[in-house]
Amino acid sequence: MSADGQSWGRYPRVNQAMVELTDRRQQLPDVNGSLLPYGNGRSYGDSCLNEGNTLLRTRALDHFLAFEPATGVLDCEGGLLLSHILDLVVPQGWFVPVTPGTRFVTIGGAIANDVHGKNHHRAGNFGRHVLELELLRSDGSRRVCGPNANPEWFAATIGGLGLTGLITRARIQLRRIASPWMSTEVHRFGNLAGFFRLSEQSDRDYEYTVAWIDCLSTGQKLGRGLFTRANHAPAHPDRRPIAPAGRLRIPFTPPVSLINRLTLRSFNTLYYHRQRTPVVHKTMHYLPQFYPLDGIGDWNRIYGPRGFMQYQCVVPPTDAERHIAQLLKLIAASGSGSFLAVLKQFGNLASPGMLSFPRPGTTLALDFPNQGARTLALLNRLDDVVAAAGGAVYPAKDARMSGAHFRQYFPAWESFRPFVDPHFSSSFWRRVME
Amino acid sequence: MLNVFIIGATSAIAEATARHYAARGARLFLVARNSARLTDIVADLRVRGAADAGQATLDVNSLDAHTGVLDQAWQLLQKVDVVLIAHGTLPDQGACETSVETALAEFATNGTSTIALMTALASRLEAQRNGTLVVISSVAGDRGRQSNYLYGAAKAAVSTFASGLRQRLAKVGVNVLTIKPGFVDTPMTHAFRKGALWATPDAVARGIVRAAERGRGVVYLPWFWHPIMLIIRHIPEFFFKRLKL
Repeated sequence: MSADGQSWGRYPRVNQAMVELTDRRQQLPDVNGSLLPYGNGRSYGDSCLNEGNTLLRTRALDHFLAFEPATGVLDCEGGLLLSHILDLVVPQGWFVPVTPGTRFVTIGGAIANDVHGKNHHRAGNFGRHVLELELLRSDGSRRVCGPNANPEWFAATIGGLGLTGLITRARIQLRRIASPWMSTEVHRFGNLAGFFRLSEQSDRDYEYTVAWIDCLSTGQKLGRGLFTRANHAPAHPDRRPIAPAGRLRIPFTPPVSLINRLTLRSFNTLYYHRQRTPVVHKTMHYLPQFYPLDGIGDWNRIYGPRGFMQYQCVVPPTDAERHIAQLLKLIAASGSGSFLAVLKQFGNLASPGMLSFPRPGTTLALDFPNQGARTLALLNRLDDVVAAAGGAVYPAKDARMSGAHFRQYFPAWESFRPFVDPHFSSSFWRRVME
Repeated sequence: MLNVFIIGATSAIAEATARHYAARGARLFLVARNSARLTDIVADLRVRGAADAGQATLDVNSLDAHTGVLDQAWQLLQKVDVVLIAHGTLPDQGACETSVETALAEFATNGTSTIALMTALASRLEAQRNGTLVVISSVAGDRGRQSNYLYGAAKAAVSTFASGLRQRLAKVGVNVLTIKPGFVDTPMTHAFRKGALWATPDAVARGIVRAAERGRGVVYLPWFWHPIMLIIRHIPEFFFKRLKL
């Protein structure tokens, strides 16, 4: 047992065994206890951990199996990172159909968490673009699953948190682009109503929309922030592509979190006023546009040795503004705000996944330095609001929601349960099934 | 176009190296024991940009089979610019101490088979009067240490053989490049605790491609193993034998 295999929030810290998979044709290892696939460890909480049991490291299953530049259909193994895919397909005029805020996630992880991105209102979840996947179970059986083949296994595996078996390979439909450039606009808005107004105006004509909010602002300024909307841009033959970032990294873990009330207030105020005019138009390379934090290696270390907790929830469209305001007030009152406070309107496109998180409504994502009981108490208060509103919390980012809340947020858990591989489990799953 | 021939192509370092060459549009011929994994790697390299990729199955310890595989490689590639010999195992030193059979079998895999391949490759490259022969040796070959001296002895044989061959082939325009990796995080070393000295296969692969391009002779990867091994080689014997390395 070793401490390898952390989640991105670096909380909780658990011990588990680690087995490296090197050949997708082989059977899964026969071990005592349960198994859980572990890709690149970018889930924030404990959904990628398996305390006291075994993680299956999938990163060596990183082969491209086929790519058709004419149709944009990609066939690859489950351990390949989105970054590897982008490096290969962007110069050929293709883009991943849906991307989370980091490109350092595996294909298997993207499917198992049914990730979403800033284009959710247009493209839905990642799972909608999976044409087919192969599921390897601990009994040695292999199933090719897709919307038409073994659809019930497909539905369970999309967003299935790695519990239904190992995703050895998948076929994905990519999206055409004309260039690596993005036309972006950043609008400053003064309060929450401004966000909803901008969202409504933008969702039709902009493929990517998202807002950063200053979660420490209160009163009239509650929910002020910067709204970004963007589209893929036509070719700019005169511009030279930028070199991929990634030189910068946080070299060690500081003894205490660098994100605290003081630094956060100055950060947020500076960031909110970083543009002099209310609207800024820019043509940007896709890397800084989609992945600003990927430019800083190991950024999660800034939260110090105790790590941090992400909280992402969605509340339904009815009364969304009131519920988001309630959440923001609770956070502002607690003072333990988050620099990365992100607000976005989800669209209506349904996901094939049974346990998929995105659903119509407004989603709010935050991260909090882990201050123990204080942080947990705040998140529980947020959960009460979300639950009362009929919303949900994102398992991929969670390390603490109660089993009762999980089962309320994801009523399909009961029909999902029979698809869980009898030899698979996770720290998250045991926690919410207790 | 670069023509690249890789033996032991399913090893992590070899595969990472092949990906660098594929991204540059090279034509590759790959050899390893496991044909299913080779098929995956060939498909992968094609997607990554290889102009063409071929494969053959070979157990390097079947010395009789070497010629046939070399023929196949030259048939596909016509002319070979880079040959990389990357196969190897990490023997269990304890088992090598109790079983002569195991010790000699491991020596054959890591030493004898490599020398056999280098001998056959040398005459083909000599005939071409061009090309680079890259062989992966190890820092372990620089000095025998109690923890893995069977492996070290085989790699020492490879390094010394390569040194002589380099002298010989330099006269006809062929470069022999000895790569001495330190600790590399690969499936071969999965059982070890990893620390600051560990490198990724990709970092080593980049070093290999660069060293081959620059016509280098002996290269430690990452570079810091050069001063480390300089010190280890110069520890006086009376003191060295008291150490547990």
